Amino acid sequence: MGKLLVKDKDVVVPGEVLAEGMDYLPSYGTYRKDDKIYAERVGLISVDGKVLKSIALSGRYLPKKNDTVIGKVFDILISGWRIDINSAYSSVLPLQEASFDYIQKGADLSKIFALGEWVVGKITRVTSQNLVDLSVKGPGLRKLHGGRIIKVSPTKVPRIIGKQGSMVSMIKDTTGCRITVGQNGVIWLEGEPKAEILAVQTIKKIEQEAHKKGLTDEIKVYLEKNSKDLKTEYSAPKKDDKKVDTKKAKDSKPKAKVLDVKENKQD
Amino acid sequence: MRITKMNKDLKNHVEKALMQNVRIDGRKNDEFRKIKIETGVVATAEGSAKLTCGDTKIIAGVKLGIGTPYPDTPDAGVLMTGAELYPMSNPDFESGPPSSYAIEIARVIDRGIRESKTIDTKNLCIEAGQKVWMVNVDIGPVNSDGNLIDLGALAVMAALKNAKFPELKDGVPDYKHLSKKSLPVSRTPVEITVHKIGKSLVVDLTHEEEKLSDARLTIAVLEDDTLCAMQKGGETPLTMEDIDSMIELAIKKSKELRKLL
Amino acid sequence: MTYKKRLDGRKFDETREIEAKTGVIKKADGSAYFRIGKTAAYAAVYGPREHFPRSQQDPKKGVLRCNYNMMPFSGAGDRVRPGPNRRAKEISMVTKLALNPVVDLSDFPNAVVDVFIELPQTDAGSRCAGISAASMALADAGIKMKDMVSAVAAGIVDNTVVVDLDYPEEAYEDGDVADIPVAMIPSTEEITLLQMDGKISREDLKKALELVKEPLKRIAEIQRTAIKEKYQ
Repeated sequence: MGKLLVKDKDVVVPGEVLAEGMDYLPSYGTYRKDDKIYAERVGLISVDGKVLKSIALSGRYLPKKNDTVIGKVFDILISGWRIDINSAYSSVLPLQEASFDYIQKGADLSKIFALGEWVVGKITRVTSQNLVDLSVKGPGLRKLHGGRIIKVSPTKVPRIIGKQGSMVSMIKDTTGCRITVGQNGVIWLEGEPKAEILAVQTIKKIEQEAHKKGLTDEIKVYLEKNSKDLKTEYSAPKKDDKKVDTKKAKDSKPKAKVLDVKENKQD
Repeated sequence: MRITKMNKDLKNHVEKALMQNVRIDGRKNDEFRKIKIETGVVATAEGSAKLTCGDTKIIAGVKLGIGTPYPDTPDAGVLMTGAELYPMSNPDFESGPPSSYAIEIARVIDRGIRESKTIDTKNLCIEAGQKVWMVNVDIGPVNSDGNLIDLGALAVMAALKNAKFPELKDGVPDYKHLSKKSLPVSRTPVEITVHKIGKSLVVDLTHEEEKLSDARLTIAVLEDDTLCAMQKGGETPLTMEDIDSMIELAIKKSKELRKLL
Repeated sequence: MTYKKRLDGRKFDETREIEAKTGVIKKADGSAYFRIGKTAAYAAVYGPREHFPRSQQDPKKGVLRCNYNMMPFSGAGDRVRPGPNRRAKEISMVTKLALNPVVDLSDFPNAVVDVFIELPQTDAGSRCAGISAASMALADAGIKMKDMVSAVAAGIVDNTVVVDLDYPEEAYEDGDVADIPVAMIPSTEEITLLQMDGKISREDLKKALELVKEPLKRIAEIQRTAIKEKYQ
């Protein structure tokens, strides 16, 4: 005995009755009171057998372990840096997670990551009080140079990345821009000025229409239509952006070594 | 996100694009976002305007009251311009007393109107030394996405032109009934702020673009191209050449904006 | 009892015309506009975000912080001087108390959710319009809430029970007036805001609180529809 009052992909609001009776199970974004299940946030309904979820359509980023995020250095500590990850919670990048190289004791940390610089990091730990630890050691993780930073709602990130990265790859291929998407809604991109505009406009369009069906095709058409007057003097990047970035990280290792030697001499 | 030191790499990247006359939203350096002005939108104000420019949304309201004149100008009414940066309109604005930027906005807009005698305060005298009209115009930003001085000034002018005196009942304003008599507005100053980012001159910056500005010059221009107020902001000095180019750009843009009033 | 027909002709349980919209302030995490008659309120929600001053942080859950303000040109008479005033402080406080019971910030210890309410024009019922707008803005921001909060003023004008008093009714001089701002959680009918100005008998108060239930539920429907509209 149970009556479902909504269907998959419906938009629901807090307090809306989703189901009656004891048949259905409330999950993420929904709750049960007596014999009714209510929505507990604005979201898109997902009906998975008997499990009801309300997938968030808006909301600030809540740090999760293993998320790849893009953040800005806002404080330099004695043994690390504080990184703003566009959340209610800042994160700490400890010294030992900054680089594969040995960093000398007493080294000037601002020479590794300076105030205002942006990094791509991975969240290694989130405590119960939402204290966050970050690491920049790993494939694709690095300091960002140049380019532009834009912010989108974190709830739209999965749509912007697409299934197995298909959506963001489409944007990269058409515009020739390098793009890194953080789970925290911060996106870095770099390309020719006009190409960057198209990439940004496309991302914003996906953000606006994330809840609609047939978006992938619509975006494909949009990109094709608007990329006609983009210059194609640059070479399109390799499909696997991660490989390119790891290579860059390897190249930067020797530089760090030289830095430490210098510091040593000054002692 | 926290406001920290501007990253040089990012700034260089933007400066390169500006040298090609390209901004992230597709505009050219001297292009304003689309402006829309609606007047008479606030039922409790004697004059009002709601202005949108891109994502910036501002409401300006005029309140007309009767008060005593300043002792040194007994036959002149009083004009006051107020501006607040509501924390509602941008995550970077904090609660509390007006910041120096909010005060600057109000004072720069006020100067443009006052120095050009847009409202001749002698026309606001009811009884010399005793009773004069007090004109209070206030700007309330609903969504702040940059260029609050120029857009605030434009909203203020639209609100002033829309203002009508309230009927008087026993010498006291009856705010429920507006007369047909308009507030006498004789000139139309328009303020344009030109920013210098790297080597490029840019107008109508969004909130994020403003964080990259090296220096800015606000110029108030009248219908006959006379300048009636100026204000330099930002920490980088300007050359005489810069200033000349900025004034030329300001005069050009002021003509476009004036058409909207 | 001389008040047999309302000054503007409305039915006794009829609210003024309502206009509700969300997503009106792009820079905010959530926002709404709620207008009832000539009283209009903008609400913007920022957060959960870092909470300063740190001394006010709650290590168990996020904190809701409300700020109500009238724009200088929004008063019925003279200009309203900007800046903190006692009335606005009290309204900010009861607004927070009206919204807190539905909000669940347990996922965000030490954080703050800021709600800013600004009114460009008012004609009685401003705190209720603010609460209705704030509730929509919180939902729009993706905050976990068990339900909306809807608010409107109930009252008595010369022994007649009415809903949504406008300024002329509040200032009615030919009989006793009671102005009763009420906020309610629609699904449980629990009351989260209750204030009163004026004189009223115990029986009339009961009648007023009964009469206001349906209008509040209608307001809740308007709020919910407005939130969904953004996604059509």
